[in-house]
Order: sequence, then structure tokens, then C-alpha cells
Amino acid sequence: MSKVRNPGAEARKLHGTLTASRWLIARRLSQLAFFLLFASGPWFGVWIAKGTLSSSMTFDVLPLTDPLVFLQALLAGHKPEMLAILGAAIVLAAYALINGRVYCSWVCPINPVTDLAAWARRRLDIQKGWNLKPKARYFVLAAVLAAAALTGTIAFELINPITTLYRGLLFGVSWGLLGALLIFLFDLFVARNGWCGHVCPVGAFYSLVNTTGLLRVSASGRARCDDCMDCYAVCPEMHVISPALKGEQAGVSPIIANRDCTACGRCIDVCPEQVFRFTYRFDDRVDTTTPSQKQAAGALENAA
Amino acid sequence: MAAATKETAGFDPRRRRALKELASYCAGAAAITAFLAGVSGLSRPLPAATLRPPGALPEPEFQSACVRCGLCVRACPYKTLKLAELGDGPAAGTPYFLARSVPCEMCDDIPCVKACPTGALDHALVDIEKARMGVANLVGRDTCLNMQGLRCDVCYRVCPLIDKAITLQMTHNARTSKHAIFEPVVHPDACTGCGKCEKACVLETAAIRVLPLDLARGAHDAHYKRGWEEKKKAGQELVPGIIDLPDRLPSLPGAPK
Repeated sequence: MSKVRNPGAEARKLHGTLTASRWLIARRLSQLAFFLLFASGPWFGVWIAKGTLSSSMTFDVLPLTDPLVFLQALLAGHKPEMLAILGAAIVLAAYALINGRVYCSWVCPINPVTDLAAWARRRLDIQKGWNLKPKARYFVLAAVLAAAALTGTIAFELINPITTLYRGLLFGVSWGLLGALLIFLFDLFVARNGWCGHVCPVGAFYSLVNTTGLLRVSASGRARCDDCMDCYAVCPEMHVISPALKGEQAGVSPIIANRDCTACGRCIDVCPEQVFRFTYRFDDRVDTTTPSQKQAAGALENAA
Repeated sequence: MAAATKETAGFDPRRRRALKELASYCAGAAAITAFLAGVSGLSRPLPAATLRPPGALPEPEFQSACVRCGLCVRACPYKTLKLAELGDGPAAGTPYFLARSVPCEMCDDIPCVKACPTGALDHALVDIEKARMGVANLVGRDTCLNMQGLRCDVCYRVCPLIDKAITLQMTHNARTSKHAIFEPVVHPDACTGCGKCEKACVLETAAIRVLPLDLARGAHDAHYKRGWEEKKKAGQELVPGIIDLPDRLPSLPGAPK
């Protein structure tokens, strides 16, 4: 089996499955937790967050509104009530502070769908497919905003697969599952990391927000990198890695500064040399003291 | 040498590729915009049987304001409101109700409007009797039991604004020539469109139905003024000193000339 088809195998062998999957597990739990905040009401009668990801009310005090949906309403010519203004401001401030694209990897219900498609793609060894540029998403975002302005309606919400999936599961609007299925097929057969990494206008919006966020991944142990390529294989936005990982000679900070990084932490999981770690934006420390973990493990085996 | 440089600059394949790519992405964006405009169903009126929650902005404005979050649905204590599925009629994900299934109970505190974060349900609506979700129409004038001289009266009795939104108008029953017909008459200036009459109609197919305002109600032209109202507003004749000629009455035999 080629390495690319099973990235992380080495890390799992070296550090144990739990360590080599810890951020993936944390992310799945986070996605589930966000969903349960909404689902506990309609499913079990325990009301925490009412509404959907487009706009919600938590414990009857905390309003949250998707800033992109809010922006579309503004462009469509509607002056929203204070509740939505406040809700959008809170969400925007939170993501600007943390990291805009944390929404994509830790909250969005489509993420498990596209992760599954990416995993299946590696397993089935499907070639890269349609060569769409990551920046294509900004054109999609522009199109979505233009449609709102031109039609005077929040047109994208008719087909937005994220909110329709939530609506489908929470309000029994069954076709919500169809969008998720189409995205799965698109990612599997048409373009690698197609939806989240190239098309999704919500991700594009949060990428634009992702210029001030404090939470970053750092390739602080880049001196240990032995080019196994596992991080590239799992990264949904693989263009973000190189500048940080390979920037030692150029004197570039090990912080992955590209706004497309979703801070999913999968690179941290799968790296057998544990090159990556979560840190804050201004922490550009480089770790040159820790020896190669593969060699250390090899030495242990030889000794035993 | 200079010519060669010029030629290279003019036919830079990288620049050409970048321009081509830009053009194709712009075309893609335009196609997506057109697609979204198409699916937004801009000019489609609300299907006749579907009603918006109280305080809903007129349909085009509603489409620009509703973020389809479902908070009004969660706020509705009677499970009246639903979010539309694709194919239900209203734009997918927007709230509506069917009067014949579950009508609006006209809560005094209007929780659905309060829950709306964007104002797609207008927060200016604080008196539920001012809501205009639609207007009731006696579409089955030929099937309504009252219109056949029976005393059903159910729509009239269940109306939350009895004797204001629905009254009974007594007319002669020509069929028996000795009984009366109590015709349920809807008054659009009072009817909120809650749908309780439609829900309660005892016929298998409701004779009285609530329809969206744009389908069921006419409207005065903006410039149209009614003389008798203007006169009342002015408190006097609008044209002072007008000569009031005696009305010509039909001359009946034996009437004084």
C-alpha cells in the first residue's frame, strides 16, 4: 500500500492510535457537540440552542447569526433587527479572535462528509481530478453575494448545503441530506477536497475573516521533517503547508499563516516526527533540540 | 533585440494563461449567479394554500430578510409553523402554515415575531389583531351549509374576532320562500387570516378558505380618493358653495308632484 493511501500509519505505529488521532477525535466530538446543542431540543426535549446555524438563540439569551447570511440579507436590501445584528457581530468577533476557518473544521456538519470522501478517495486511489484553484471559492462567494443583490433574496440559502443539512436533521426537511450526498460524490469523483477547499462560499468568507485569528498551527519541529508527505496527503488545504514547513532557509516563520488553514490539526496527528503543534499566532519558536523520533524509536528497537 | 523583448512581453504564455483562468472563473461566477437567481424563484407568488406567520413582510421583502433559521417555528407553542421543504411551495426553508391543518392561535404575545432575529417577521406588530396573514374568503358559496339555509354558523362561532371579522348577514331564502339565509360575510379590514374558520369548516372540502392577501384582496389605486371620506376629514364640503339640485324622484302614481 502506497504511503499516500494510508497517511498516518507510521505515526499510529510510533505514537499509538489515540495520540495519532487525538485532534481528529476532538474535532468529531466538537462537531457532534455543536449539533447536539441544536438537536437536544427537538430530539430529547432539552432546549439549548434553538434555530439552525443560519441564526440561533442559545438558552434564550445568546443570539448568534451567520455573518455571511447576514451580509446577504443586507445586500438583498433588508435592514435586519438588532437581534441579528448582535448575533452576526458576536459570531464575527469570535472567529476573528480565534481563527475564521475553525468554523469549517470544528463546527460545520459538511466537514465529516468531505473528510469521508477524502478518505475514500485515498483508499480507492482516485487521481486528483478536476484541477480547480483554491481561489475559485472567492469567485463563488462573489457570485453568491451578487445573486443576493440582484434578486433581492437570500438566494444561496435555498441550496446552502450546510444550513439545509442542519434544517433537514432538526426540522425534518428531508432533502437537506441530498446536498450532503452531492458534495460527497463531487469530492469523491470530481475534485479532491473539491467542496471545502475550492468551492464553498462559506469557507471563502471565513478565510477572509481568518487574518487576525490567534489560533495557529506551527511547523515548529520542521528541522525533523523527512519529507514523508503524510501531512500533505491529509491536509484539505495543502497549499498552506509548504511556506511554513519548508521556510527555514528563507527565514520564514514556522507559523502556518495562510488564511485558508482550517486549524483542523490533522497534520499534527499524522506526522510521525511530530513536527506540527497548535499554538498562538505570534509564537514563532522553532524546536531544533528534539531528535528525530523515528531514529529514536529505531534505536530503542535495536537496543531491545 | 528590442523587438524580441517586445514580442516576449506581448506573448507571455504565463500572463495569457492567468488571463484565461481569470476569465473562466469569472464566467463560472456569472453562471452561479444566474443559477441562484433562477432558483430564487423571484416572481413566484406564494401558493394559495400556504400562509406566512404573523407580521411577515410582503413576499419580495420577506425573501430578502428571512434567514431560514426556524426560530419562529421553535417559538410557536401550537406547532402551527413549519419550514418549507423543496416543493412545498414557499421558498425552501422559509416558514409557513396551512390553515386547514393547524391554524394560527393568535397568541397575545406573538412569540414567533419576537423570536425572529432579522425582522422578516416585523417586530412592529405588537397587537395580534393587526396581523394580516391572509384573508378568509367564502369560496364555496354554493356548498356552504349556511348559504343553503341551514344554521351551521361554525366559521362564525370559532372566529376569534366574531362579529368583527365574520358577521352573519340575513337574507331571504328564495328556495323555501319562508326561511332566512344567514350568510357568513368576511370583513377584510378585521380578518387576520388566522385560519380558524377554514380549519373548523364542517365540510370535507372547506367552503371558507384563507388566501394570501395578494391573491385574495384588491387594492385601491394610490391616487384614488373617496369623496365622502375626504369630506369627513375636511369637516365641510370640499367645494364650498356648491348648488345642491333637488334629486329627481321616480314619479309614482299618486305621489305628490
